[in-house]
Amino acid sequence: MDLSYGPEYDDFRQEVRSFIAKHKHLAPAQQGVRSPRVKEWQQLLIQHGYAARTIPTEYGGYGAEPDILKGRIIGEEFAAGQVSTGLSGQGISMLVPTLLELGSEAQKQEFIRPTLTGEFVWCQGYSEPNAGSDLASLRTSAVLDGDDWVINGSKIWTSTAHLADWMFCLVRTEPDAPKHQGISFLLLRMDTPGIEIRPLVDMTMQPNFNEVFFTDVRVPKEQIVGHRGEGWRVANAVLGHERESLGDPNASLSRLNRLIHLMQTETVDGARPMDNPALRDRLMKFQARVMAMRFNDLRILSARLNGADAGLARMITKLQATELRHELEGFAIDVMGEFGLLYGKHPHVRDQGSWQNQYMYFLGLIIGGGTSQIQKNIISERGLGMPREPKAIVKAEA
Amino acid sequence: MEFGLSEEQTLLQETINRFLDDNAKLDRVRKYADDAEDVGADIWAGLAELGVAALLVPEAHGGIGLKTLDAAVVAECLGAHVAPAPFLTTAVLAVTALRTAGDTAQQAQWLPRIADGSLRIGAALAEACGARGAAGVTAANGKLAGTSLFALDADADMFLVADGERRLHIVARGAAGLGVNPLPHVDRTQRMAELTFDSTPAELLPGSADGEACRAVIDVGRVVQAADTLGAAQNMLDQAVDYAKQREQFNRVIASFQAVKHLCAEMAAAIEPSRALVWYAAHALDEVPEEGRLTACHVKAHLAETGEFVARTATVVHGGMGFTDLLGLHYWFKRIGFNRQTLGGPERVREEAARVQGFA
Repeated sequence: MDLSYGPEYDDFRQEVRSFIAKHKHLAPAQQGVRSPRVKEWQQLLIQHGYAARTIPTEYGGYGAEPDILKGRIIGEEFAAGQVSTGLSGQGISMLVPTLLELGSEAQKQEFIRPTLTGEFVWCQGYSEPNAGSDLASLRTSAVLDGDDWVINGSKIWTSTAHLADWMFCLVRTEPDAPKHQGISFLLLRMDTPGIEIRPLVDMTMQPNFNEVFFTDVRVPKEQIVGHRGEGWRVANAVLGHERESLGDPNASLSRLNRLIHLMQTETVDGARPMDNPALRDRLMKFQARVMAMRFNDLRILSARLNGADAGLARMITKLQATELRHELEGFAIDVMGEFGLLYGKHPHVRDQGSWQNQYMYFLGLIIGGGTSQIQKNIISERGLGMPREPKAIVKAEA
Repeated sequence: MEFGLSEEQTLLQETINRFLDDNAKLDRVRKYADDAEDVGADIWAGLAELGVAALLVPEAHGGIGLKTLDAAVVAECLGAHVAPAPFLTTAVLAVTALRTAGDTAQQAQWLPRIADGSLRIGAALAEACGARGAAGVTAANGKLAGTSLFALDADADMFLVADGERRLHIVARGAAGLGVNPLPHVDRTQRMAELTFDSTPAELLPGSADGEACRAVIDVGRVVQAADTLGAAQNMLDQAVDYAKQREQFNRVIASFQAVKHLCAEMAAAIEPSRALVWYAAHALDEVPEEGRLTACHVKAHLAETGEFVARTATVVHGGMGFTDLLGLHYWFKRIGFNRQTLGGPERVREEAARVQGFA
């Protein structure tokens, strides 16, 4: 057990700290994919190696050797300084690593740099109305016609579709192949004729998602990543990464600390919620769970540093972290009682309504990115070696 | 940066597990539980030979001088095997008490005998973790009076006793006015007794005057006991998964039903972060002292909850067989239940955790 990063990383941490101290005034207060200030900040971060750190320079990155601890130190220091870590989103977190691994040289040249600089904003077109947990049964079709793929069908849960310039999506190109082998991974411009976007308001009352409809949408045939029928493999090259990034234990810790503040400042019948033994007991339960998840995360980090797989410790994080956050946010609402119900703009609203918002948002994350039930399948099958459910008996054709 | 067990700790784990696989099989544990044969002494002698009794004893006193995380590793193995062994009491609680509060003569007198396995010291600390009823011990002029309920290790040669002011004393089993009344209880792999004192001569550990040593002893005990629960819970999950892969119903192994798989996944999801918490809490006691007490409280309560959930769920996965004595799964169920209540139940230790932070 050795929880220090080692002296060689202390200098690096100092570097990051002095960068933040010197440039903090330039950091954008709000994340907005189109704001010039965000893009300038992103450029500055790339120049200094705090964004796109390990992306090769020829594609617009900083070109550093991968170093897990340096990446983590950057995250820690930017979080401590409450400074934006630059652009995020599915283009940067999912498409860029996918292209680096499986894209053609031309695709890398064309797409990576403008994605990193925020010139190209991406959305992900995977889920469909009838292909959710069973994503591989997706039906949106692409048929080769001359030099174009012609796409018909629809996608759902597409966040940022209304803001995006491009979509990376999964489509069925080989209708006669087994379901996992009939899918291809395509890149398409969102202003292509035949695309219709309808916002989908979620329970937080924000249009965080969209439905996207395709009617004879023509896409140049070279905008395929990997070969025909290999789309499932291409998509899965980075899906695992998304699942793990959903449950940041340090975000849970900062919410817990905010909750402690709430319990020490609100009053009920003149007494603080912290003075109520029942509420205090619940708080302590949450504190232990947040701790356990933080140390679980350190265990995963340690395994990664050793080039090992943390196995079950890794597989359970999406399930546990999203459930924990949802419950923690809900507990804060209990602490506030009727105040916890207030939502919108009013002087009585606590913390800008973030507890209600996150309570609902994390219910969405329990469902999205592989539902808790799918996670339990993964844990039991891949982690515990239990057999898959036998294939369902498909209804006979009439 | 290394969060996890070292090579030496993994090796220790393998050694202890191998010994217990051979010497603490369930049929032998049953003999102990049924009072049919004292396999406990035999297992403890074997463990002492492997250095388990000497683990936390300083090298100057014939010990190995290892740390809390090493003790947690051993406890996890013992819990996994529901092994009867006075490890928590003799090798952890008593050694910690002597190290932190014993004077040089006391250390020289008792630590080497603990290390070589010839001395067992039980622990009467229940009242320092919440005195039940009228139980309580008073000390005056080198004599103890009163009752300590729920002393751990009824078979010990001596007892570590906390008085009402959390001072620590050592009492010999044959001391005048000492009554040792074994208590029948649910977990037959660990023996518990009521101790009565009537002008019983006792030796005060002088460093325990302010009560802090007693608290420190309880901190270590809670972490090590949480590790015992971790081992027992992991073993119950392993048994449940193995059983589900064998048992067939509706022409399928029940491990292929999502209803069963999801129960197993939930157990694994509860156990893995618990394991990280056990490791950290053990590490913190030695290396991050400002967090040690808080994490000791949290790990005790959190493992009590994880343990309870796994004990129930793993039993359910076994169906009717889980409920029988035939399979013996109940030994793990009861061990977890025992560990939950002793040295402070979950609500009690969570309240202590709140107090440590000034919340209560």
